[in-house]
Amino acid sequence: MIVRSLFFAQYRDFAGADELAVELPEGASAAELVARLRGGGGGLARLPEKPAIAVNMDYSPLSTPLSHGDEVAFIPPVAGG
Amino acid sequence: MKPVARAFAHVTDAPIDAARLLADSVSPADGAALLFWGVVRNENEGRPVARLEYQAYGAMAEHEMLRIATEAVERFGTGDVHVVHRVGMLEIGEASVAICVAAPHRGQAYEASRYVIEQLKRRVPVWKREGYTDGDTEWVPGFTPEPRELEEAR
Repeated sequence: MIVRSLFFAQYRDFAGADELAVELPEGASAAELVARLRGGGGGLARLPEKPAIAVNMDYSPLSTPLSHGDEVAFIPPVAGG
Repeated sequence: MKPVARAFAHVTDAPIDAARLLADSVSPADGAALLFWGVVRNENEGRPVARLEYQAYGAMAEHEMLRIATEAVERFGTGDVHVVHRVGMLEIGEASVAICVAAPHRGQAYEASRYVIEQLKRRVPVWKREGYTDGDTEWVPGFTPEPRELEEAR
């Protein structure tokens, strides 16, 4: 299955991109996606081990199982307002 | 019959129009409207700031601001609540966020207004990069948002 990973703020600087499509086995968790991205080398190795994430615009635990087409956003500590 | 109060939220890259927000928020049932106007300050922790760049996960920021505005209407029994966040490069003194709360009575408006800004700062996926007068830039540290189910369990 393919999931879309979105990056913002400093994570976008690490990734060098605002979005990446990632291929994962069916039913993989968000934690597995994080491990895959961190393990891929380059700037993404600087992603924290347990970043806050949103799956389809809902803050979710890293244990959340993903589905094809899911949008997983990596959320650095928020500083709005 | 009093119309049902509504929540509105949007993210924009244009300057926020305060007069229009107030005019749009007030209905005949309201005795007061409060505008929270968040502006870019000229210093942060002793460092002189030249400008601020705001970045948002736009679709989710609107989603989350709408949730927060709806919670405010429900918890405090206000009239309409409007939340607007601006993104892009902002100069000192420009407004980055505006929250307009209309209510039958001012007590509800004060409480709801405070609630919305405090929740916004903890939950809405927006980030800011400070540009200092010495040319340096830095993403401002912030709050780590929690998954909803953890928040609801509290």
